[in-house]
Amino acid sequence: MHEARQSFWAGVRAEFPLLVGVFPFGMIYGALALDAGLSRAAAQMMSAIVFAGSAQFITAQLVRDAAPALVILLTIAVVNLRHMLYSASLAPYLKNLSLRWKVLLSYLLTDEAYAPAVLNYERTGITPTGHWFLLGAGIALWSTWQISTALGIFLGAAIPAEWPLDFALPLTFIAMVVPNLKNSPMVAAALSAGIVALLAWSLPFKLGLILAALVGILVGTILEGRK
Amino acid sequence: MNIWLIMLAGGLMTFGIRFILIFLFGKFEIPAGLRRALHYVPPAVLSAIIFPELLMRGGRMAIEVGNTRLLAGIIAIIVAWFSKSTLLTILAGMAALLVVQIF
Repeated sequence: MHEARQSFWAGVRAEFPLLVGVFPFGMIYGALALDAGLSRAAAQMMSAIVFAGSAQFITAQLVRDAAPALVILLTIAVVNLRHMLYSASLAPYLKNLSLRWKVLLSYLLTDEAYAPAVLNYERTGITPTGHWFLLGAGIALWSTWQISTALGIFLGAAIPAEWPLDFALPLTFIAMVVPNLKNSPMVAAALSAGIVALLAWSLPFKLGLILAALVGILVGTILEGRK
Repeated sequence: MNIWLIMLAGGLMTFGIRFILIFLFGKFEIPAGLRRALHYVPPAVLSAIIFPELLMRGGRMAIEVGNTRLLAGIIAIIVAWFSKSTLLTILAGMAALLVVQIF
């Protein structure tokens, strides 16, 4: 048990540098969700039920634009597809755990929990307490996400309506995309998705977003295959 | 549909995406093509949101100097490229928007 606790706290510590970025992100989400017309309770509970930053941002935006439920769900699915990669990459390390552990760790498996956990697993391999590291990182992130959401909801109500708060959404996404544009397939995926999104903007039900994302994914994948 | 139902369905789906390959490990391998495609999900989805947010003003495309969000967005892109910091990018973009709106 001593080693489990040690591993847990190592995970919490490894998560700390990432929390610096997560905290403002959660606050902006809370304020934006309120701005988009979600109730305080719904805005807060989405952080617990969905627990996926970008998907929550986009859901809030689609609710604001009165997109149909099916389109919102499709969009959430597309946005969160990348988590399959994390799931696939961690699966060999988690194979001996009980179903309960697998369920819990899957729920906590976000970008920011995956990053330190996979580094730790690559360093140590499968150990009897390695999953406690992921649990520590996941719980540190989860708590920070809930608290920052609450603070954003609380402070968001005090922000004057004329402040361009909604501009934080594209800015946050720019910060997530731009540093990763390291090769031409990535750049092509981003550009083609962006251009299709503009051309398909007037499609009903906000379907342009999904169409644009699929075109971008296809372009990137095909270009990478050619190299 | 009710927002709570959307959140519940969205949450279950998100959990399913995160859980399925951990659950099926050993029984199912993710095909190489799909694995490659998944790498392009974040830039594609996020760009599909960024472009209209910067370029569509009042229902039409506005590639012009008067589009303050486009100018501020370009500054944010430059800051993001060099700093790789989420916080700095948001601060720079917000500051740029407030400044260009004044002029």
